[in-house]
Amino acid sequence: MKLSFHLNGTPVALDTAPDRRALDVLREDLRALPGHGHTARGAGEADEGRAALDVKEGCGTGECGVCSILVDGEHKLACLMLAAQLEGRRVTTAAGLGAPGRPHAVQRAFAEMGAVQCGFCTPGMEIAAAALLARNPAPTRAEARRALSGNLCRCTGYVKIVDAVLAAAAMLRAERAAPCETYESGEACESGEAGAGEGGK
Amino acid sequence: MIPSGPHIPQPRADALAKALGAERYALDTAPADCLWAGAYRPGAVPGPSFGVAHGRVRSVDVSAALAVPGVVRVLTAVDVPGTNRQGIVHKDQPVLCDVVRHAGDPVALVLAESASALRLGLAALRADIEPLPAVFDPELALKKNAPLLHPQHKGGNLLLRAVIAKGDARSALKSAPVVVRGAFSTPVQEHAFLEPQCGWAQMLPGGLHMTVSTQSPFRDRFEIGHALGLNPFSIRIVAPYLGGGFGGKDGSTVQCLLGLAALNSDGRPVRMAWDREESILAGYKRHAVRLRYALGAERDGTLVALSCRLVFDTGAYAHLGGEVMELSMEHAGGPYRIPHVRVEGRCVYTNNPVAGAFRGFGVAQVSPAFEGLMDELAAALGMDPLALRRKNALGPGDVNTSGVAVTSSSHLPECLDLAAAHPLWTGRDEWRKAAPPFTLRGVGLAAVFNGMGYGRGLADMAIAKLEMTETGGFLVYNAVADMGQGNASAFALLAAQELNQEQAAIGLVQPDTERCHPSGSSSAGRTTYTFGNALVRACAAMRRKLLARAAMALLVDDLDALELIPGAVRHKATGKALPLAVMARFLTRDDRVCVAEALMPVAQNPPATGKDFVIGFPHLLFAYAAHLARVEVDELTGRVRVCDYAAITDGGRVLNRQGFDQQAQGGAAQGIGYALFEDFRLSAGVIKTRDLSTYLIPTALDLPDIESLAAEGFEETGPHGLKGVGEVGMNGPAPAIAAALSDALGVRLRDLPFTPERVLAAVKSGRNKSGRNKGGKRA
Repeated sequence: MKLSFHLNGTPVALDTAPDRRALDVLREDLRALPGHGHTARGAGEADEGRAALDVKEGCGTGECGVCSILVDGEHKLACLMLAAQLEGRRVTTAAGLGAPGRPHAVQRAFAEMGAVQCGFCTPGMEIAAAALLARNPAPTRAEARRALSGNLCRCTGYVKIVDAVLAAAAMLRAERAAPCETYESGEACESGEAGAGEGGK
Repeated sequence: MIPSGPHIPQPRADALAKALGAERYALDTAPADCLWAGAYRPGAVPGPSFGVAHGRVRSVDVSAALAVPGVVRVLTAVDVPGTNRQGIVHKDQPVLCDVVRHAGDPVALVLAESASALRLGLAALRADIEPLPAVFDPELALKKNAPLLHPQHKGGNLLLRAVIAKGDARSALKSAPVVVRGAFSTPVQEHAFLEPQCGWAQMLPGGLHMTVSTQSPFRDRFEIGHALGLNPFSIRIVAPYLGGGFGGKDGSTVQCLLGLAALNSDGRPVRMAWDREESILAGYKRHAVRLRYALGAERDGTLVALSCRLVFDTGAYAHLGGEVMELSMEHAGGPYRIPHVRVEGRCVYTNNPVAGAFRGFGVAQVSPAFEGLMDELAAALGMDPLALRRKNALGPGDVNTSGVAVTSSSHLPECLDLAAAHPLWTGRDEWRKAAPPFTLRGVGLAAVFNGMGYGRGLADMAIAKLEMTETGGFLVYNAVADMGQGNASAFALLAAQELNQEQAAIGLVQPDTERCHPSGSSSAGRTTYTFGNALVRACAAMRRKLLARAAMALLVDDLDALELIPGAVRHKATGKALPLAVMARFLTRDDRVCVAEALMPVAQNPPATGKDFVIGFPHLLFAYAAHLARVEVDELTGRVRVCDYAAITDGGRVLNRQGFDQQAQGGAAQGIGYALFEDFRLSAGVIKTRDLSTYLIPTALDLPDIESLAAEGFEETGPHGLKGVGEVGMNGPAPAIAAALSDALGVRLRDLPFTPERVLAAVKSGRNKSGRNKGGKRA
């Protein structure tokens, strides 16, 4: 089928089987589309095209959450969706949460609060966090834990991930209260971090 | 001694790229025109040979598979050049089998144009396997007429028997006033890293090139070379950041199969990615162990004797079975002073899945046993369990249970003192009493330790390479794979401190056997210590070199008059500075590189015991920890909730607090899973828990906010005083939770995991007892 959807804000169109897993569309099929010009790091030098290689595969059966994406703003698992279900949708992956050079508050908080270890669950975990913060801008630790409970992490024990979600929530609230131009430099937003510990147990 | 630098609370160098989704893992760099390779494991998939855990392959019918459009090649054991044997210490594991020894053994390899063609090709394969008698219980495997896994192995199914002895444990136990005994068991544990085993490979004119998720890139060359008859030095392994490892990617997983595929792909790149089910079916596991213990003490609590016998199920192949058992035995007596010790271990082949390295490498298995008996001893003596441990805790100047003198930084007593003052411990009675209806509460403590490095008998060596770039920055060639523990970031931090440069001036190259120098595996809590020491030396050499070269340009005859500052060498007196970017232009590439090695020290005058171990006995350096757990038991369902948890860790000096806490919290999380949730089920060698909805690892809802505290010391031999803390955190939860459950129920659970069924049975048996369990028994 001819499939078109928006990936991280830009339209993509390709020919693929309607029953192809959305995960394979994102990771494999989009390689064939001309990319942004950058190639993979490392020895592979594979042309990634438009492939969303930040979307990982951990189980393929909807148990680990590693392939989490947003579809029209809703948290979904790319391994349980079929290509046809993406038609006309807005798909956001972790790499699309922020703008180039301007990390999303969730990404910044994950990096700063030590929520990232091996990093394999991180993109999916950030999607789950972003989906939570979109519907609940001030979650408690318990609410954050519940929202992340479909996303497995084997490295961290989740403490710093929960810390990061609350820190991101505080950053986003501060940003909304006083929108700042130089978000990336962070100076105008630093005050947001003061709220990082709130909502503790 | 290396001077101490400042504490720098700093996000890891890899964190932002990973958070942005920009980091590329092994499979992400696979070229688009890859062939897909997959292994056929007839005992594990539906078909006539399902469930065959031991059998001779009579034939493999490949015709139907080859007829599948898109299937390019089907290879079997006869197609494997070289020895067709892989293995880290013992080469006993075929790449493709003509005899299967566990239900997940592969007999064929399929190469296909696409994932779907590969799937159809694998489904079309049929193997004719003559079943052989199989054995799944390690103790039965040692019986006279047990079927033999490796008939040519001279010990039969016994891979290794070993003894560690000190003093006279038998008579000391006889005469000890108080003796406690117990039999314990610990289960198989699945690593469940979120990135399953994967990689891609290609034959290039220079040889085999492989990008793979591995903890041991340098050793992989030799494993692949041996198995496939290739010159190991013609093999290039690239090891990007791993999506978790925990020991399960130490040694060949996909490597030999991928190498074989690349040898048969006519020069095309080929990829292999195990799905979750294959990762569970074919991956290495934590060894299941049966432990029988007796511990004797004086009436004042002074430990006098330990005797224990351990039986390890290593599964179908040796992998690191003997080495895991070595660590178990060396740690069998806990972090205590015990004058009379006898530890006997037997590591046994069975037709179960292959066991190997897993964080806490053998130590996680003995920890519930030695700590369980310490609690029972405390109960028998009417002593406070913490005081009993404090009384016997190893400290500087003591001799450990293997007979090695404690000469390195060791702060278990301080860990226990911090535990004693911790609110979870001081408030335990009140908290227990405040239990809601139908709920039992308990608080438990565990003291644990974990040796660092390979141990005596093989060089625990790392070689660090440091390059000044053409623009005056620096590149650290990390040669020890970063599976998520953050060693690469720690190296960038160390280099920035040693060279007095901004963090941004330090770049990282990840392990690549062509660009980096052999530095061993990412394991044994050795990574940051050994490579870190080498890097500190490389940085010192670079600093001297830059000062000397700058002296020529600045017309200075005394190097002490110069200093390295961010981006420049400066003459202290005049302030005149020569930018590194300028210096880089007049140095040749060779001259911009410094290489230095470091060797981990080993125990001198090793005790005259443990002679059965080929390598690895004994260890000299240990990390220590005290863990506290508060648990609640639902009396109606047997469900256990860990409400609060604290890990107090002695890892020497803390270089980066965030990284230290990550290791402590992550290790404890895996340990809590091991204690409560991870119920690996096998039936006649067939794995019943084949996915993450039947094999449960902790979710965010299953864990409390694990608190991490540091009992900081300074290890003189470590880089900036640090010791490895990657493993020790894994060892505390099982004994701490067992102690808390015993506190809550009045009954001690000795078989892991503490599932609701087992806990419920214990709740009922606890009700039948009048008071708390008195586990002690007098000799």
